[in-house]
Amino acid sequence: MKISTVIRHTLTHLFIITLGLIMIYPIAWMIVSSFKPNNMIFSDPGLIPKTVTTDNYVSGWEGYAGTTFGTFFKNAFVICVLAIIGNVISCTMAAYAFARLNFVGKGVWFIVMMGTMMLPGHVTLVPRYILFNTFGWVGSIRPIVVPRFLATDAFFVFLLVQFIRTLPKEIEEAAIIDGCGKFGVFLRIIVPLAFPAMVTTALFTFLWTWDDFFNHLLYLTRPDTFTVSRALRTFVGDAGAVTNWGGALAMGTLSIIPAFILFFSLQKYFVQGISTTGLKG
Amino acid sequence: MRNMSGTAKFFRNNAVAYMFLTPWLLGFFVLTLYPMLYSLRLSFTDYDFTQPDSTQWIGFDNYRKMYGSIIGESKFTSSTGEEMRVDRYYKKSLSVTFTYVFISVPLKLVVALAVAMLMNQKLRGVSFYRAVYYIPTLLGGSVAIAVLWRKLFEKDGLVNDFLGTLGFTNLPSWITNPEYSLYTLVLLTVWQFGSSMIIFLAGLKQIPQEYYEAASVDGAGKTRQFFAITIPLLSPVILFNLVMQVIYAFQSFTQAYIIGGGKGGVLNSTLFYTLHLYIQGWTYHELGYASAMAWVLLLIIGGITGMIFISSKWWVSYGTGE
Repeated sequence: MKISTVIRHTLTHLFIITLGLIMIYPIAWMIVSSFKPNNMIFSDPGLIPKTVTTDNYVSGWEGYAGTTFGTFFKNAFVICVLAIIGNVISCTMAAYAFARLNFVGKGVWFIVMMGTMMLPGHVTLVPRYILFNTFGWVGSIRPIVVPRFLATDAFFVFLLVQFIRTLPKEIEEAAIIDGCGKFGVFLRIIVPLAFPAMVTTALFTFLWTWDDFFNHLLYLTRPDTFTVSRALRTFVGDAGAVTNWGGALAMGTLSIIPAFILFFSLQKYFVQGISTTGLKG
Repeated sequence: MRNMSGTAKFFRNNAVAYMFLTPWLLGFFVLTLYPMLYSLRLSFTDYDFTQPDSTQWIGFDNYRKMYGSIIGESKFTSSTGEEMRVDRYYKKSLSVTFTYVFISVPLKLVVALAVAMLMNQKLRGVSFYRAVYYIPTLLGGSVAIAVLWRKLFEKDGLVNDFLGTLGFTNLPSWITNPEYSLYTLVLLTVWQFGSSMIIFLAGLKQIPQEYYEAASVDGAGKTRQFFAITIPLLSPVILFNLVMQVIYAFQSFTQAYIIGGGKGGVLNSTLFYTLHLYIQGWTYHELGYASAMAWVLLLIIGGITGMIFISSKWWVSYGTGE
């Protein structure tokens, strides 16, 4: 390699690293500060704490209105798991129909499905709320979970359609000749082969549901049903003032751990999901 | 004409397909189409959540409340002949949202493209760098980060500490100063350029290296190559990112809600459209009005994405970029 190329590459690396450090500094600071005593969070901007304490985790964990963060984490996980099950089943079923089956009105329904992908959720917000309220569902997790079983996240239907279309048709044709029905093809061939796209669906369903705040704000009305994201909001007072900063940063740090673990263990599914459908973010 | 077995097969195939489609169809009719029509109907009423039985048809009054705010009226004559107040903060919420969208989206895309080009080199460790740059996007939408953002941009926050060491004095509290608070949200959005970056990176990898080599031979410099090769061949990807980010940005809610403490911030400087809609609907129980606001939002988003698509005829090329 020429000297000039080496210098250019070194400079590029330096630049990328510096910019990257600036980018993740706030998050690193949050994690470090969650271990600082409450009165030192303000006075100590550095990344190396002068005193280390776990007090913030104790005080933050106490939670809100007598409910601890243990419950908030459990609630969030329950909602996420149900949402994942719902999305994976319903979206894969719809995607199989769109990608492989022939039926009357297919073209129209596909356009409709793509249209709902771009539809701002607010036009359905009020009637959905009224509807769920008449069912007596407001205050429970049902308004958040049940729609997932009806494939309302069209993004994932689209993702799975794109993926299933790339699968070789020969295996399915051979299976049909061997007497396998459409359901058999779906369960024995499509589901195993489309597994990577289903993992991507599960992954993003988890993240969006975990981070979702608006639906949790609307529908989870009792503190013992709060999720982590809904509960974090209770650290911020109505005027925007925060009294227990240490607790807020500590619970904030805990709240991002699941996303971190998933991201670093399933990175390739992230890249695949984003670059095939441009999943929002 | 089909023979009998053909007809039977035709019906069976359709039945099977529609069985697979049933959950989605049910969701579409019950949770999308019916709510859309219902909210359109509600937008012409004074539906109040606490007293649904006294709901009345009020024609275009809800829309008039928004229009009046835009043209600067304070009152107007309603369809029943009474005097009605306009929505005082509607215009503010519109201008806050438009400012936010029109600054944050282009900025985010420019940063995303610049970083994607930086990453699109034969460098060691690119996949690691890409992961690090994606972290803010991974976490940025969470309540935890919004709470953190408040802390960073307060008077005694990290940002001012840093600026202080550079010699700046008399620094404001960026969060509570109405002149700056919206820009802390813009920054929070731009910081999350990860998804757009990954999409740009995938697009850049599709551009054949030979194009650049040929251009180099012909004596075209880096800048010329960027405008003559990169931008045109990437234009479909730019269009896609632009449309998705605009749609997404108009619906931003969580960060403004947390940073404003459940309200629109000081002097409503961060009163996003969706936040205003939420307050009207769920604090004041004016769900009829909230529905009207939602329909106007749909029209705004539809109009702007429509204009982007029409304009794309002049700047997007679906040429020979195989």
